[in-house]
Amino acid sequence: MSKSLVFIEQRGGKVKRASLEALSKAAALGGDVIAVAIGGTGTAADAASLGNYGATKVFAFENESLANYSANAYAKLISKIAKEESVSLVFLSATAMGKDLAPRLSVRLGGALASDCVDVKHEDGKWIATRYVYSGKAVATLELQGEINIFSLRPNVFPAVKKSDAAAEVITSVYEPESADLKTIVKEIVVSAGKLDVAEADIVVSGGRGMKAPEHFNLLEDLAKVLGGAVGASRAVVDAGWRPHSEQVGQTGKVVSPKLYIACGVSGAVQHLAGMSSSKIIVAINKDKDAPIFQVADYGIVGDVFEILPQLTEEFKKVLAH
Amino acid sequence: MNIAVCISQVPDTSARIKIASDGKTIETADVNFVINPYDEFALEEAVKLKEKFAGSTVSVFTIGGDNVIANLRKAFAVGADKAVHLKDETPKDAAGVAAILAEAIKSHFGAVPDLVFFGKESTDFNDAQVGPMVAELLGIPAVTVVVALETDGTTAKIEREIEGGKEMIEAGLPLVITAQKGLNTPRVANMKGIMAAKSKPIETKPVSTDAHSKLSLTKLEKPPQKQVGKMVGTAAELVGLLHTEAKVV
Repeated sequence: MSKSLVFIEQRGGKVKRASLEALSKAAALGGDVIAVAIGGTGTAADAASLGNYGATKVFAFENESLANYSANAYAKLISKIAKEESVSLVFLSATAMGKDLAPRLSVRLGGALASDCVDVKHEDGKWIATRYVYSGKAVATLELQGEINIFSLRPNVFPAVKKSDAAAEVITSVYEPESADLKTIVKEIVVSAGKLDVAEADIVVSGGRGMKAPEHFNLLEDLAKVLGGAVGASRAVVDAGWRPHSEQVGQTGKVVSPKLYIACGVSGAVQHLAGMSSSKIIVAINKDKDAPIFQVADYGIVGDVFEILPQLTEEFKKVLAH
Repeated sequence: MNIAVCISQVPDTSARIKIASDGKTIETADVNFVINPYDEFALEEAVKLKEKFAGSTVSVFTIGGDNVIANLRKAFAVGADKAVHLKDETPKDAAGVAAILAEAIKSHFGAVPDLVFFGKESTDFNDAQVGPMVAELLGIPAVTVVVALETDGTTAKIEREIEGGKEMIEAGLPLVITAQKGLNTPRVANMKGIMAAKSKPIETKPVSTDAHSKLSLTKLEKPPQKQVGKMVGTAAELVGLLHTEAKVV
């Protein structure tokens, strides 16, 4: 029987939903599931509730020096527990933190690593991962051959499933930082005020060159606000300096898979489609009926974004008011 | 300063990917292979530091077949000094590549260099693994997805992109940095650089990643095709369908 370790990520004292998704997936695969939670004050107090998602035991490391991400310290603590508990599987989410940690763990544990997986299964005694490659233009099936196999899971793909009200056994461990842990120190985290990240949002409203000028993005901001979503942008408008790179969706930007992606005035260059075509529902609004974006769209409107967007915002307001 | 930059070759971003008949690789005949776009930011940052710190050397490392040579010359043309071509026609996986690179970097400089640059990921396999793996193998820290770097040669102030913001980081050298778009604007080679590139040295070493590899790719396929979507006439109709049919709002 396999034994899995799931790393629980928190930012600002709050457990990330993507970690609950990873925990749920590990639990669904079977075997014993333990979790490692690392953070500042309050980390241990929250840990018992991870039992609801299938963790039997949680190792909690709580220290003010761990409140912000510390790559060396986190990697050390996770690999320590993985070794002591003799786990054969490790799960993380493919977030900024998870992507940074996973390769370090694979070296420290001598394990195989599949990044940003959209499926993980055990077949004929083998661990198989499915992931997008060529930035979404192809899908690869990988067979992992490590004594320990490590998976980082793409956020928003696996459901977070609360299975029970069971509490996990929490083992609080003391952590004293050593000099090797402090080789890189996060001095400060600067948050883009009030903005949801395009890679984390459930709904993305994205604009391309068809928006004509940077000031017209307020139409997208309005719609995103009504929907509780984030604004995304095509490479063309980022390169033109209309929007920050952090909003770029596509092969040299972010790969997103929200439940709803609304592309406005985006023609649908191959490299843009690569970044968003795994969204659950895609809506395209474009005045060119032959724009490639319509080939991946579930719903399309051929028309003027400047007319349609304000109407759309009003219609969503009506529906959401009910 | 000793500076290493690791680059890889990827299909250019406008390339349409066709799966080869073996079902495991892509057809390369019509594909233009370029320096991975994120590696260009890595290279530019290394050259900028070389210009700032007199006596620095920028050495470029890459793994692949003979088609990497043109890209190594491009790296020379924008300011790299030396190149190491680790010749393996079919590198297996990130673990294999990282093991070979770490070894080559150490032996090339005779020690761990001050800075080792990578792109934040390659646009072919999108693993984002090799940079931090090499850091672990060299026993030095890594900061990934970097959008700003300032160093005095001993310590560094770094901005790293995270979801919805940035981490402001302080670190000591030596260090691995993986570059994100926004770090700089890569220069375009001028004629002088292109001429100089012709005489710069490329060292070729046959290698094999097989012994270090930990996974195998068993199948490569196109993503599932979407069904043809529904065209609608008005905003009201669209919102109705998203609400009642797609049930996403």
